[in-house]
Amino acid sequence: MSDASLTYAYAVARDRTPALAAEAGTLTGVAGAPVRLLTPDRTTTPVAVVSHVPAEDFHEAALHRHLEDLGWLEALARAHHGVIEALAAHTTVLPLRLATVYLDDDRVRAMLDDNQKLFLDGLERLRGHVELGVKLYIEAEPRPPAATDAPPDPALSPGRAYLRRRRTEQDARHDAHRAAEEAAQRIAVSARAHAVQWARHRVQEGELATGPGQNVVNDAYLVPADHVRAFREETMHATDGLPGLRVDVTGPWAPYSFATLTPPERGTASAP
Amino acid sequence: MSDSLANRLGSLPSRSTPPYQPTSSASLADILERVLDKGVVIAGDIQINLLDIELLTIKLRLLIASVDKAKEMGIDWWEHDPSLSSRADHSTSRLEEENQRLREQIEALRADAALPPVSAPEATTPRRRPGKRPTAHPRPGPGDT
Repeated sequence: MSDASLTYAYAVARDRTPALAAEAGTLTGVAGAPVRLLTPDRTTTPVAVVSHVPAEDFHEAALHRHLEDLGWLEALARAHHGVIEALAAHTTVLPLRLATVYLDDDRVRAMLDDNQKLFLDGLERLRGHVELGVKLYIEAEPRPPAATDAPPDPALSPGRAYLRRRRTEQDARHDAHRAAEEAAQRIAVSARAHAVQWARHRVQEGELATGPGQNVVNDAYLVPADHVRAFREETMHATDGLPGLRVDVTGPWAPYSFATLTPPERGTASAP
Repeated sequence: MSDSLANRLGSLPSRSTPPYQPTSSASLADILERVLDKGVVIAGDIQINLLDIELLTIKLRLLIASVDKAKEMGIDWWEHDPSLSSRADHSTSRLEEENQRLREQIEALRADAALPPVSAPEATTPRRRPGKRPTAHPRPGPGDT
């Protein structure tokens, strides 16, 4: 690790077209270095999208340390995604997982050679498609009626009145979930007309989950580029007539969720 | 990774943050979900060995999923980050224990069958949703072409 810089790889694309090279030339990488395209040693395809990163921040121990820092991780993730997003607007790219780092450019070229068929097959499969995210939310739970909202039925004991109120809240929740089920069905049906693949993500509920309401569906669809508009419009209408629901369509994304490649050999004992 | 957690208690110099002007309006949760958990996994030379990135992924999953659930599992790394929490007072040994526990959990996870291909949505990896609320379960989406 005497070298001052390492090579960070973002994605793999099929050809070094002038447009792609020009676009890459306008981009800045995760550590501020210019983004470049690398071609393999033995052939001209596929190409890797790379930039230099300082060894002091990206060698193994440093990465371990930095990745524990959510602020650093966020900056890295956004920069990584920014490069991929800009290139995906021009051509099909296979996004590599965050923090795929090589000792130097030659090692990346060798990696391209070693996996040429794998990459080209993957790129061919995804060519002309984009990923769209679909998130369905149940809007914030209806506010439990305060005691002053509806004077309790004098015929009811306080305990019974409480139970009745709880029952009402529970019914409202059940209704919301039934409506969500209905909307999810509609989305699945209209998506089938446009998408070629489907992937399910975890629902987002934690501190990083943005937006009000409770996320109940978090899916990704692989959609041909010329169906994006129709997909988006139909999906946005899935909640028509179903109050209390919200649907978000995100993207187009590079096909992150559909870029799974299965190398013939993984070479490490820790491969899943 | 256990010692790196300890190291985080010292704040990092700001120059180590990748300078970047975000261009994307996508939410951090959506981005992390994709860049950390999806995409092509291909061996780099700087092996944040797969185990560690998996550890990180799981932590992030929990952060995106449910903090309460994470705490139940003893994962509270964000509480050691002054920028995320004011309670950074745990001992290193406890962190190491937690890490050990996490590693064991991951070993168990890895012992499971390999992840099913994404093209077979019906067979998605079983993931218990944190929380106990009922969920909408749409029927499987469009089949493969």
